Amino acid sequence: MAVEVKLPTLLRVHAGGAASVDAEGSTIGEVFSDLTARFPALKGNLVDDGGSLHKFVNVYRNDDDIRYLEALDTKVADGDVISILPAVAGG
Amino acid sequence: MPFVAPTLRLSLAQYRGILAHCYDGLPQEACGLLGGPVDTAGESLGEVSVIYPCANSDQSARTYTVDSRDLLQAMRDAESRGEELVGVWHSHTHTDAYPSDTDVRQAMEPGWIYAIVSLKHADPVLRAYRIRDGRTEEVDVDVAGL
Repeated sequence: MAVEVKLPTLLRVHAGGAASVDAEGSTIGEVFSDLTARFPALKGNLVDDGGSLHKFVNVYRNDDDIRYLEALDTKVADGDVISILPAVAGG
Repeated sequence: MPFVAPTLRLSLAQYRGILAHCYDGLPQEACGLLGGPVDTAGESLGEVSVIYPCANSDQSARTYTVDSRDLLQAMRDAESRGEELVGVWHSHTHTDAYPSDTDVRQAMEPGWIYAIVSLKHADPVLRAYRIRDGRTEEVDVDVAGL
């Protein structure tokens, strides 16, 4: 499946400055693997050491937060837009 | 990028809306997003067009995380208006209106304004900051009509 991945300002530097990149995969996890194969510096920002979605990043398939779907196993379809936003948090 | 500090400008209605949301959130920390114009470098100009009260998904009196669905909705709304998210506010229920170590460590947006509302005393105190590269600089706050 071919999807568009929208990157937040913070991560664009790791993808040659691109705000949006195309990627392939059947699930979000596969899309991330495709992305990080091409842009290795993105990996540590998207998944943690255990291979799960990083705590400080939100990922949406179209308008849905994947944490409320199947997380990295969430299936994607042709033309889906995957948006990545840093978590807004503090204390 | 130069560390130029703008003035956070709020209308009286926005200011009251932020405070109300903070009080409504007690005993937990409350949070919300600010939408407005940015300069050519993508940094907040200090002007706020819309405030977006959000849910604190941590549901904690010590930490906050803007609910991810509220975040996306606010971002889409700001973009539909030709603007961007330019900052965030959150409350400190028992401490002063100054960024905690957690606030500084988790500040991911160098172009944003980080506003903090302290509910420690009888009267609320709102102060605002730029936080980037671990460095905090206070910015002026101007509430129209106050």
